[in-house]
Amino acid sequence: MNLFAIRWLELSFVLPLAGAACMTLFTDARRKSRWCLTFAGATLACTAIVSLAYYSGHPTAAALWNTSGRRVLNVDEINAPLLPLVALLFFLTALTTARTKFARFPCAGQLIRETVLLAAFACTLPGPLVALLAIDAFMPLLELRRRGQPLRLQVIHAAFFVLLMFAGWVVSSGMGFSRFGSLFYLAGIMVRTGVFPAHIGVTNMFVHTSFGTALLFATPLAGVYATARLVLPIAPAWALSLLGIVALATALYAACMGAVERDVRRYFAYLIVSHASLVLVGFGLHTPFAVTGALIMWASAALALTGLGLTLRSLESRFGSLKLDEFRGLYDQSPALAICFLMTGLATIGFPGTPGFVAVELLVDEAVGAHVAVGLFVVLTAAINGIGVVRAYLLLFTGRRHVTGVALGITPRESIAVWAMTALILFGGLMPYAYVESRHRSALNILRDRDTNLNTSVVTPEHQPH
Amino acid sequence: MPDAEQLMTSLGTVVVAAPAVLVAVLGLPALLGTRLTEATTMRAVRSAVATGLLACIAVLAVMPFAAGRPAVVDLGEWVALRPAGAGHEHYHFAVEFEFDLLSVALALLSFLLCGTIGVFAARYLHRETGFNRFFILFALFLFGMVTASLADTIETLFVGWEFVGLSSALLVAFFHERPAPPRNGLRVWIVYRISDAALLLGAVVLHDMVGEGDFDRIMGGAQWPHGRTTLTESQSTALGLLLLFAAAGKSALVPFSGWLPRAMEGPTPSSAVFYGALSVHLGAFLLLRMNPLIAASVWLAVAIIAMGLITALYASLVVTVQTDIKSALSFASLAQVGLIVAEIGIGHWLPVMWYVALLHLIGHACLRTLQFIRAPTLLQDYRVLENAIGDRLPLPPGVLRFAPTSARTWLYRFALERGYLDAILTDYVARPFVRAFEWCGRLERRWAESLNNENTGSSTDSQTTRDDLKP
Repeated sequence: MNLFAIRWLELSFVLPLAGAACMTLFTDARRKSRWCLTFAGATLACTAIVSLAYYSGHPTAAALWNTSGRRVLNVDEINAPLLPLVALLFFLTALTTARTKFARFPCAGQLIRETVLLAAFACTLPGPLVALLAIDAFMPLLELRRRGQPLRLQVIHAAFFVLLMFAGWVVSSGMGFSRFGSLFYLAGIMVRTGVFPAHIGVTNMFVHTSFGTALLFATPLAGVYATARLVLPIAPAWALSLLGIVALATALYAACMGAVERDVRRYFAYLIVSHASLVLVGFGLHTPFAVTGALIMWASAALALTGLGLTLRSLESRFGSLKLDEFRGLYDQSPALAICFLMTGLATIGFPGTPGFVAVELLVDEAVGAHVAVGLFVVLTAAINGIGVVRAYLLLFTGRRHVTGVALGITPRESIAVWAMTALILFGGLMPYAYVESRHRSALNILRDRDTNLNTSVVTPEHQPH
Repeated sequence: MPDAEQLMTSLGTVVVAAPAVLVAVLGLPALLGTRLTEATTMRAVRSAVATGLLACIAVLAVMPFAAGRPAVVDLGEWVALRPAGAGHEHYHFAVEFEFDLLSVALALLSFLLCGTIGVFAARYLHRETGFNRFFILFALFLFGMVTASLADTIETLFVGWEFVGLSSALLVAFFHERPAPPRNGLRVWIVYRISDAALLLGAVVLHDMVGEGDFDRIMGGAQWPHGRTTLTESQSTALGLLLLFAAAGKSALVPFSGWLPRAMEGPTPSSAVFYGALSVHLGAFLLLRMNPLIAASVWLAVAIIAMGLITALYASLVVTVQTDIKSALSFASLAQVGLIVAEIGIGHWLPVMWYVALLHLIGHACLRTLQFIRAPTLLQDYRVLENAIGDRLPLPPGVLRFAPTSARTWLYRFALERGYLDAILTDYVARPFVRAFEWCGRLERRWAESLNNENTGSSTDSQTTRDDLKP
């Protein structure tokens, strides 16, 4: 039997949906937890096979819905490693959710979001992609409403994003003014990614929603995917340069804000904004190596930030809301979490031996090539983010001895997540060759599409990248 | 009989691999939650250090037979990217290690001193709860030092440089049940990150100027210290100043000297080997490695001499009023590092001074390690002597006694305040930075609250002064 003959991509979307339907049948938190994990794990396995099918030369098995010669959902060089990554983020989030919290964990909602996000990351056509990202943007609002948290800012944030993206789609695909439409896309993506001043939506999300929901909203960096699919191939060079400048200023600002922040959740939100903006800086430079660096940083930051976020979430589930205003001394209580925090934190900033190292090197290299000042700002951003990570580690885990009579050590489920994360970071850091090659090919494909589109006098929807 | 160069390459691989294996042997069980016994840890440390040291000595012995060329251990290209189409530049990250007089000397010194300190620390930290943590950080430090010493490309050097920085900062924060060590560890880390940024920028600028980061391109393929750079004087000055900035951070030169006494919060073995002997000399090593740039630029040479002499003068003054032995030793060490840096600058006119600086570095590192590990027992000896004579031991007069009366008080205050360097960085750099961004934070909170139509007053919760960046 040919393993790749099975429609794994379709299964990747159907499984979490089926899981969401099943969740309505259970009331017992333990059973809910077990089944949610089963469905999330099965989805992860399916996406891994989809990716494997692509890299082993069975791309047709990974394509879905060919309509009028165009593939709505397709696996290509750009998203082949991203689909299992997204599924992994959802699986690890479900895995590290404490059993006591599972009664409140929105299992069905998260599984539906997984379908939506997987579909968005598999989507290559502008219209459906915009629609899927719009659904994804509005889904966390349901939780905010359920928890009785203030909604207005988040509604404004999501509405701006959706309106700008739909405007971009109408102008570029409907009216045929693709370059003009790309500016709307660009503005929408800047809102979604949290480029200044829209970063306030990201920090607000972390403050008011549950950590898991906010984490899954922010860490896959869906806005970056939209940039790679919708903006890079058609946007004029000056618009990309503008994106680069604004994103660079945001990256530095968010790094500085994170370095002095006293609330753990807000600190983490700034770290995400800073890294998402650094990825956009790479796109803004739009040279092959800069885009390669941005693509590498995207996946490595998504993985590392998720690891860091899950560690913080585990700490919150033990110690309640955490502040970075005094030493907590939690190392002796949870040494494994301390190691995981440090490791994922260092991976976030691109420390040598982690996958992000090559990304930072490439980005700085290309930034200096563009202008020394740009290079200096990128280096400063990376340095300040590094200071922020170690500061947070020292404040949370050292400085005093935390005394408690309750066992607060790592649980077996968390251990699995920590080991998986550590293995991926070390493997990706020490043997990055295949992954870097894949990202480089993606960058070249994106830029080739861009060359084709910009050299065509009238860009019709058919010229949009598939 | 094997070819001398082949033999050197094989031995070189062992030198590089030994600390990497030690990191894996000590680090992986910790990641898996297994605790190695003290005996097992020490067996691993002794085996790795002895293997590396013997291989390094063997390299040194074979060097005269290697036709005057440095041996290069090429572990291949870690990353190589080539854009489609001919004529485009390509990006590669080559992992190469070079064994010449300078690199072998520092690698040998690293193995020797780390071996000594490893044995000392096994007794010093016996039954300490952080025993394994200390030796994992120790292994990372050794790996970083050996990588930085033997690096043949500036990127490889940067990798080693980063590992040295991280392990050093975490060792300063080793006794983490008190707030002072982590607070000082953070200070050290901040200075290191700034200096790392300068080195990274230097690496990229070098790439931009010569197309790749291989030292051969700077050295012109010649043996150290006879290399001649192909860069122009202005290019050499610009690149050299970036590297001088990086070296200043790592070697605690003025104005970054404030972190050195703070680093003494760590356990004595780490103070001895890191801040007294190896880590503090890494900046000087970087300048020695980049000596062709100094040869090409008189302005760079002058800047290096000035920075070295100012540091030496500053440290000599401050050391006279230190009241604890580790701080006194750290400033004494800094005075010597300043002199070594000045000697490196003088090499622009007298190339023989680069050999003098290397010898000075090695001798000073050995002496200072001995002094640091002797310090605790020396204090005990002093106490015994003072008890025996029933009085304090007589102290030699400090140099400040001979200063003019009008300046003496000011000089004492300057020395006691350690040149106000920490205060200046805190008051004029750290505090305005923190205040500015805390103000932005308050503004953002207020804005978010007004957009959310809520009035919780949370915008005032960060108005109090932060204390974790305070000295």
